Amino acid sequence: MAATNIETWQSATVIEVIPVAEAIARIVLEPSLPIKAEPGSHIDLMVQINGESVKRSYSVVEAAADGTRLVISVMKAPLSRGGSIFMHSLVPGTRLEITQPLQNFPLRVGAQRYILLAGGIGITAIANMAVVLKRLKADYTLVYVGRSREAMAYLGELEKLHGDRLEVHIDNEGSSLKVPELVGRADTGTELYMCGPIRLMDAVRRGWVERELDLPNLRYETFGNSGWYDPEEFIVRVPKLNLEVTVPQGRSMLEALEDAGAEMMFHCRKGECGLCEVRVIELAGTIDHRDVFYSERQQRLSTKMNCCVSRAVTSATGAKADAAHTGPAIITIEPN
Amino acid sequence: MTVVSATSSTTNKVLPHPLNAWYVAAWDHEVTRKPMSRRIANRPVALYRTEDGNAVALADACWHRLAPLSMGKTLEKDTIQCPYHGIIYNSAGRCVSMPAQETINPSATVPSFPIVERYRYVWIWMGDPTLADPDLIPDMSQMSSDEWAGDGLTIHAACNFQLVLDNLMDLTHEEFVHSSTIGQEELSESDFVTVREGNKVTVTRWMHNIDAPPFWLKNMRDKFPGFEGKVDRWQIINFEAPSTINIDVGVAKAGTGAPEGDRSQGVNGFVMNTITPETDRSSHYFWAFMRNYALDSQLITTQLRDGVHGVFGEDEEMLMAQQAAIDANPDYEFYNLNIDAGGLWVRRILESMLAAEGRLTPSA
Repeated sequence: MAATNIETWQSATVIEVIPVAEAIARIVLEPSLPIKAEPGSHIDLMVQINGESVKRSYSVVEAAADGTRLVISVMKAPLSRGGSIFMHSLVPGTRLEITQPLQNFPLRVGAQRYILLAGGIGITAIANMAVVLKRLKADYTLVYVGRSREAMAYLGELEKLHGDRLEVHIDNEGSSLKVPELVGRADTGTELYMCGPIRLMDAVRRGWVERELDLPNLRYETFGNSGWYDPEEFIVRVPKLNLEVTVPQGRSMLEALEDAGAEMMFHCRKGECGLCEVRVIELAGTIDHRDVFYSERQQRLSTKMNCCVSRAVTSATGAKADAAHTGPAIITIEPN
Repeated sequence: MTVVSATSSTTNKVLPHPLNAWYVAAWDHEVTRKPMSRRIANRPVALYRTEDGNAVALADACWHRLAPLSMGKTLEKDTIQCPYHGIIYNSAGRCVSMPAQETINPSATVPSFPIVERYRYVWIWMGDPTLADPDLIPDMSQMSSDEWAGDGLTIHAACNFQLVLDNLMDLTHEEFVHSSTIGQEELSESDFVTVREGNKVTVTRWMHNIDAPPFWLKNMRDKFPGFEGKVDRWQIINFEAPSTINIDVGVAKAGTGAPEGDRSQGVNGFVMNTITPETDRSSHYFWAFMRNYALDSQLITTQLRDGVHGVFGEDEEMLMAQQAAIDANPDYEFYNLNIDAGGLWVRRILESMLAAEGRLTPSA
């Protein structure tokens, strides 16, 4: 059934909040207008950060068949923009504003073979797909990558459910994933669905291109919240608007510019559409491109950036000591 | 006292259509490299064939600005290009090319619907694709069997699909609607047997030792030149969910054993009907008349197709008028007669399918 992505905002009640891994909470919601959640779907949800309502997206990990219960899982990230801290403070009975399940990451039925790749909290977007593929008796491998067993949500349940079809790679147990080997297993009949840190997804994408596999068979979802470097505070200057704005660690450049009164163009706010693109005039530091709109070539050029997700950092190594100058990165831009 | 549950109503006038089911989207010959648009189950669908000849069904609205893909053109392999800004999709509905950028937005997809070609038709599944099992396609094997010959057409019926099913499940209307061709008073005088098994319903009616109506007299004379006399006539209506009705029809020389199974002294046809909801108030009605005699006569194929086309034109008119009357009289109910047993079993089956989808709205 073709689901609509026109958002229907509704209230939902928090039914349960329980820890399922190091810093990861499983949150069960009861929406007031339940509809079936397809694999790959997510909900948008309003979180409260310093008294302000801000929209965040969370994948639906599992759902009752009729959608009366939706499960999401949230990782508390110390460098997050504040949403995950709010989510971890929820208690049963709390009311939230959410959308119905939205679909930007549909699972296609009928591929010859599937590889599902989840890195860390990315399992939330992938787990439901694996359940459906198992029910369909499809040929699938679920590859789950994490830094430590303790940090990997649902590992035990997934082992029980998927048996030999689950392949686990754990950094601190010396079984890290070798991406070229994984991509080497894909052929023209394989669809690969992935969700995880940007470095992992980028390595897979490079391997996929090198093997000359069809790009439409490589499916991924990013909510634009993963970067090459940890977020830092930086300064953005907009001569055209006579503005100098400090972008704090927990806020995007687009939000900081909006806070300062700049009228910005944007749509997806997750680094996909390219509408919030700004031209880079001058840069003291490096750009951490977190979008999927630019090609590698365009990211290397760095004459433009998508300010909804991408950031400036002090140095290309990510270590402040390597920075060419002291103090935060400074970027001078011209908005569209 | 009878307990009436929400899933056994006998007074719903028209029902929504199940989505987790196969419907005919088109005749096989209609779907070509030049895309076409057809509204199915309320949703516009673009239908085309790939370079390899496989039929494809995509939502007929580009992801970008919703321009109809059916106005675009097919390109290499399995792709189709939006006529407005040139975005290209593959048969899975995934964007493979976007104008003026070096990457492709990963969200850029249009829904792609499961398709199976069988029995000279292109079948489509509009519901949950993970449930689309080709074994659920209704049996219409006479359409592509060497032992049967014939052809058919499509009627655009200006009514809910349920009204067409009602029409076919009770053939007593032939006496009144089709009096000049297949109608005769024995239809409403003879007894019938209704059997429901799972998602199938069969209504069997035999009329013994009667005069053949004009349509059947002509068919008898095609096989038995100069035939005169009484016949035994049968109508065995076979419904299979969601909306296929194949009617085993024929006449044989009276008393030659047709009711007992020997049809050698008769002529046998199958009226193949499968109804696809277009909207809640209109339907694509695909039908064919297949016969198991004079297989190589194109003349008889054409005569039968045109003859049945004329008969069904009478139904089309009645169905449109009935839908208009239903809409004009929203405060009046349906009542039922004994002859409606077959149609009411069909409704019961459709209601259970809708309930399974969570889409049965009582007394809608």
